[in-house]
Amino acid sequence: MTALDRRPAATAGHLRVTQRRVIRSEWIKFWSLRSTTITLAAAVLIFIGIGLLAASMFASGELDGDGPSNPVDLSLAGMDFAQLVLGTLGVLFMAGEYSTGMIRSSLAAVPGRLGILWGKAVVFAFVVFGLMLVSALIAFLGGQAIIGDGGASLSDLGAVRSVIGSAAYLTGAGLLGLALGALLRSTPAAISTYFAVMFLLSGIAGLLLPQSWQDNVGPYLPESAGAAMSEATRGDNDLTPWGGLLVFLAYLAAVGAGAAWRLKHKDA
Amino acid sequence: MVAGNDYIRKTRSAPQPTIVVGMIEVHELTKRYGDKTAVDGLTFTVRPGIVTGFLGPNGAGKSTTMRIILGLDRPTSGTATVNGRPYAAHSAPLHEVGALLEARAVHTGRSAYHHLLAMAATTGIPTSRVDEVIDIVGLHEVARKRAGGFSLGMGQRLGIACALLGNPKTLILDEPVNGLDPEGILWIRNLMQGLAANGRTVFVSSHLMNEMAVTAEHLIVVGRGRLIADVSVTEFIEQAAQNTVRVRSPQAAALHDLLVGPDVAITSIGRGVFEVSGLSAERIGEVAAGAGLTLYELSPRQPSLEEAFMALTHDAVEYAATAARPLAGAGRAAQ
Repeated sequence: MTALDRRPAATAGHLRVTQRRVIRSEWIKFWSLRSTTITLAAAVLIFIGIGLLAASMFASGELDGDGPSNPVDLSLAGMDFAQLVLGTLGVLFMAGEYSTGMIRSSLAAVPGRLGILWGKAVVFAFVVFGLMLVSALIAFLGGQAIIGDGGASLSDLGAVRSVIGSAAYLTGAGLLGLALGALLRSTPAAISTYFAVMFLLSGIAGLLLPQSWQDNVGPYLPESAGAAMSEATRGDNDLTPWGGLLVFLAYLAAVGAGAAWRLKHKDA
Repeated sequence: MVAGNDYIRKTRSAPQPTIVVGMIEVHELTKRYGDKTAVDGLTFTVRPGIVTGFLGPNGAGKSTTMRIILGLDRPTSGTATVNGRPYAAHSAPLHEVGALLEARAVHTGRSAYHHLLAMAATTGIPTSRVDEVIDIVGLHEVARKRAGGFSLGMGQRLGIACALLGNPKTLILDEPVNGLDPEGILWIRNLMQGLAANGRTVFVSSHLMNEMAVTAEHLIVVGRGRLIADVSVTEFIEQAAQNTVRVRSPQAAALHDLLVGPDVAITSIGRGVFEVSGLSAERIGEVAAGAGLTLYELSPRQPSLEEAFMALTHDAVEYAATAARPLAGAGRAAQ
């Protein structure tokens, strides 16, 4: 027990909590859960796999007129499903701290509190954006290779934007999950809210709202805004890609602000 | 009930003579959850160099107070400071205060090693220190296993490892002996006393009086969120409950009548046996001899620590069993 014989050190200066150190701590937390690697692998496989599948079905003429017919959108069709997985990962990264009690250790180590949320967001965004960018590129290139003659190339107008936009949207969707996890502090509540917002909202709007409202409100729903960022084809009422990005960022900022306020001001 | 501060002299040689480093000060602390008051105007000071026990029945507000000291919960009113500042105002909190919280505060999917590594990273504590604390608490064999599979005792050891990471001046341990086997209890007891002997502040909560009596030197006793006593362990034992004298006599009824008085409580134990508080054994013997009454037994009883504690807090027990037997002094019965 030699380590105990030491008297407590006299100065604490070099042991200051900094945002950089908190990011490093969150990096360790992120990668030391088995669920992280499994979920990320699932997101990559789904994103690429569904894109390639859609491309090959298109190439063999099995797709009818209902789905996307643009070769860029086809190869990135896995995005809709990957956002499900990444949103869940985002929720788990934050709400998992509450469900396990870990949050009390985290907050005791970082009593400023907000650094934890920013640290998690930075780590999550860095990893997920990088991974999804590579995945989008693979899905795109692979998809176009399968489609063959009718396929697009990266030099086509909007192709690069679609690849980057899909990775950005998936990162944003995951961050939305993370923010919901911080806001609601419960995995089931955050996951169901996330699913409701990302999947049910547009459906409900389509059923309940009159047509004129749908045209005006529909494009501003989170999922439509995300689609505007990434899809090569654009409908009459859709937002521009930058517009979509801004609208999605506004949602993210709103939920993030609520999450930050609750984290900072409410008992853990 | 001693609210004074004469216990300071009992503090072993103060380690830092200039400023009292490691002092925890709680002032007029109140915490309400809705209309329920968990902590009610609590004021006390915890000093370095000794183990201070934070004692009270379940629901007395111990954990809430500790969470407020650590900045996890916000007080409704009042203040709690460590080294003169609120916990959250310290730039290197793990270095100032090491804490073990009652419920497990570890992600179940993460290994003990990575948990400690992530905690250490927040404040730049080197990896070598992580290995060191793992060895101190004896978790070397299981450090790479998921914390979710840990027994309660292993979880406590991990929590203590985390508390020691920053080599802090102050340790706040909420029910550290919970779930430990006898060997583990002895280990934590020695650990806490060793830490205090090195000049650290050790503030440890428990609902077990016996455990505190052998571990702590000073006690802060709470019940229903209020301060009941702030005394040294020795004083507490002396003052908490009156001594009783057990009397057995064939003429119990006659003796009872002679002993009854304004400050005397007599409790019947069985046929011909009763307990007297408020009178010394000598006095009872004299009364019996003066009246020519036969005594079979006249034995002073020192209350057990647990009894003393319960006598002190029985009004403040949150979830008392309805049929709880009143302790000495509560009932007067004659043979």
